[in-house]
Amino acid sequence: MLYREAGQFKTTYKADSQIFPILQDRVGMMILLSVAAIGVPLFASEYWINAILIPFLIFSLAALGLNFLTGYAGQLSLGSAAFMAVGAFATYNFQLRIEGIPFFLSFILGGLSAASVGILFGLPSLRIKGFYLAVATLAAQFFVVWCLTKFPWFSNNSSSGVISAQTLTIFGFAFDTPISKYLLVLFIVAGLALLGKNLVRSSTGRAWMAVRDMDVAAEVIGIPLMKTKLMAFAISSFYCGIAGALYAYCYLGTVEPDGFSLELSFKILFMVIIGGVGSILGNFLGAGFILLLPIFLDIVLPFISKLLHLPLSNATISHIQLMVFGALIIFFLIVEPHGLARLWQIGKEKLRLWPFPH
Amino acid sequence: MKFFIEIVISGILSGLMYSLVALGFVLIYKASGVFNFAQGAMVYAAALAVVGFIDYGMPMWLAIIAAFVFMVIVGILTEKFVLGKLVNQPPITLFMATIGLSFFLDGLSPILFGSEVRPINLGIVDEPIQTIMDLTGIGISKLDLFSSGIIILLVIILALLFQYTKVGRALRAVADDHQAALSLGIPLENIWAIVWSIAGFVALVAGLLWGSRNGVQFALSLTALKALPVLILGGFTSVPGAIVGGIIIGVSEKLAEIYIPPVLQDAFGGNFGGIEGWFPYIFALLFLLVRPEGLFGEKHIDRV
Amino acid sequence: MSKTMTPSSSSNTVLQLENISLSFGGVKALTNISFDVKEHEVRSIIGPNGAGKSSMLNVINGVYHPQAGDIYFRGEKRKQINPAEAARQGIARTFQNIALFKGMTVLDNIMTGRNTQMKCGFISNAIWVGKARNEEELNRHKVEEVIDFLEIQHIRKTPVGKLPYGLQKRVELARALAAEPSLLLLDEPMAGMNVEEKQDMCRFILEVNQQYGVTIVLIEHDMGVVMDISDRVVVLDYGKKIGDGLPNEVKNNPEVISAYLGTNH
Repeated sequence: MLYREAGQFKTTYKADSQIFPILQDRVGMMILLSVAAIGVPLFASEYWINAILIPFLIFSLAALGLNFLTGYAGQLSLGSAAFMAVGAFATYNFQLRIEGIPFFLSFILGGLSAASVGILFGLPSLRIKGFYLAVATLAAQFFVVWCLTKFPWFSNNSSSGVISAQTLTIFGFAFDTPISKYLLVLFIVAGLALLGKNLVRSSTGRAWMAVRDMDVAAEVIGIPLMKTKLMAFAISSFYCGIAGALYAYCYLGTVEPDGFSLELSFKILFMVIIGGVGSILGNFLGAGFILLLPIFLDIVLPFISKLLHLPLSNATISHIQLMVFGALIIFFLIVEPHGLARLWQIGKEKLRLWPFPH
Repeated sequence: MKFFIEIVISGILSGLMYSLVALGFVLIYKASGVFNFAQGAMVYAAALAVVGFIDYGMPMWLAIIAAFVFMVIVGILTEKFVLGKLVNQPPITLFMATIGLSFFLDGLSPILFGSEVRPINLGIVDEPIQTIMDLTGIGISKLDLFSSGIIILLVIILALLFQYTKVGRALRAVADDHQAALSLGIPLENIWAIVWSIAGFVALVAGLLWGSRNGVQFALSLTALKALPVLILGGFTSVPGAIVGGIIIGVSEKLAEIYIPPVLQDAFGGNFGGIEGWFPYIFALLFLLVRPEGLFGEKHIDRV
Repeated sequence: MSKTMTPSSSSNTVLQLENISLSFGGVKALTNISFDVKEHEVRSIIGPNGAGKSSMLNVINGVYHPQAGDIYFRGEKRKQINPAEAARQGIARTFQNIALFKGMTVLDNIMTGRNTQMKCGFISNAIWVGKARNEEELNRHKVEEVIDFLEIQHIRKTPVGKLPYGLQKRVELARALAAEPSLLLLDEPMAGMNVEEKQDMCRFILEVNQQYGVTIVLIEHDMGVVMDISDRVVVLDYGKKIGDGLPNEVKNNPEVISAYLGTNH
């Protein structure tokens, strides 16, 4: 291994409960954050920032939200895109209709709106489980998108529900360059990820996991099922809502309800599965993987087709993408159901011993 | 009034089409406890296979047989490479694997068989039956009626198959209790391959009927989603439930589409179409709150 | 390993069951059962398989609701409650088929047993530093006491799914104890254990009862254990009560003997 982990003993429970108990891991995290906050703005190209890093952070946030609900609390949800949509449109409307409201307040209200819708569609989880619950979230997905499209009020009477995000200004500073947007998104996502990590290692996270693993037993030891499940829906939707608002304000600029389709919900679900259910790191790995895969295929496939003298249309490339996605999901479920995060852990284990065999 | 009856009949007929897709789900769920999200992708794959083989020069009847063989191969490979590897995993894992499978099929089928929208010509036209039209002024599509007839016939054949043949008995045993079936010497993998092949056949019929109505296009793959509310109403393990559920969803969806938008339009102005997109789900959701196991499903008791 | 017959220091009745009848559809699981449980005692429920013993425990902690009969908890008549409510009233239990949270470590499982005592909301938890971290530390202390008591320090970070059966049962007991219950319901805590494991479990149960004063209601098949550690015994057969009293009385009751030839393991 690159550094020796043994010998760092903890003498208090507080020390044992740190996120990064090992000193070198803490240092590593600091370096990563410095690179992200300082190195990237200085050296990365605008294309990378706009097209890859910003959506990477936003999708990681959405995946984190879904992970709370599906990974930790065990409530399957196919409607995460709908909650993103609520966040985006609610933020837009608060910003539009309340004179002089500060932007961060609009964001928070947008997130809270998404949380309320989440609680509403989470109520059925008190009586139904598993696939049936998936149907409830599907209902949310279709109904919410339909409402946002058809009720003109949500999009300020624009046709087909398109909205254009207003310029983001916080304390008079306008976030209209790629770097400023990137830093804002980085700050928000890193902050929410930290809060999320705290949540899952606290009594809240344990209550979620208990409900996921055996809700009857959870009830018997005194965990309130209703409150726990609804809390999961609320917090999950809040995170997805913020992700949706960031999606509109810091990434696309212009969004419409159809852009938050079932396809997007599936994409986020795949990020959670591939990245690793029940892991914070997994969300980032999964988001990165799913985002970079199409780009990777866009480069590799034409290369292979030239090599084999087989012509490849664009349509075929997108079909192959679907096949690869599907095959990867199946692959991960078979080989490592705990996703990339577990593979990462296993990799670290192996590295600890390397070059010794055991 | 005539219009209302027309809507109801049209709802029943289109509902039966949903039932057809739901049937495939029920078969697989009954035999293996797997909720096969890929059923819609299988419908699309089967339909594409038919038109694809026709494009390769086969006559219609041969294309249908070839498509069936294709579906059987898909079933066997699925069992070998997907389900077989995930045998002891919790149902949610298997469900997500079928989501992956649906994506895989959705990508593979157009590569093999082309992706342009093509019609399937079964020789029956989508026009109102003249005699009934003359008598009552109500329009019932010949094609829809033919489809419903095929579906009912299929259900009867399947029911007979399950009740009276050796294979059918084995399938029912596996559905009831895997372990017990194994201890009786019933080969589980073969059974699952058979079940998936039957489901593939059902998908093929669905593909043919849907395809002759709307042409073979990608939207076919999304029919799986419509079957979900049907299954909730009818129960995941009930064949008659799939039929009844389908009819209820079909009728209620059409009625909602006709009667709700005008109310909303009066109140809010603007266009409120597309109710069909979400109504079945909300309907099923409300139903679940009252009766979680569906009309004909089995009640689930948690033993502690 | 036997219990000395000292008179119980307190003879308050913790639990009084009167004429409890429970049926599922057409099946009568319990018919007209009445008995009481005194504070600080070890009360065993025995009987052949299918006698309704687990159902009886389920009634006590609110998982099943009897169609007829009354339950008095600490002198007050209890209206219908759910298991979470029972937990909050100080009733903890273990299960016949282990009901541990397979996705979590031993430590986390036992910490969930403290959930009723942990008051921080999700906002404090998200911030972590301050209230939540302090509460976590406090409860960690309590949980570590239980871990020390049950001698499972070496496996505290192991995912419970990886543990052998006997240790899983011990972790389940730890989780129940972590809640600091006043009434502990144990459903066959020694099933599937070898002789040494059983002796350890007996020792733990007796210590819990004698040192911490926890009242224990215990379902067990091993007659040797029952005779040794129980203060009083209730015998069920086909959902009816056929014996109730001191272990020796019950052992010599002809009805009990005929219904259930005392199996000496």
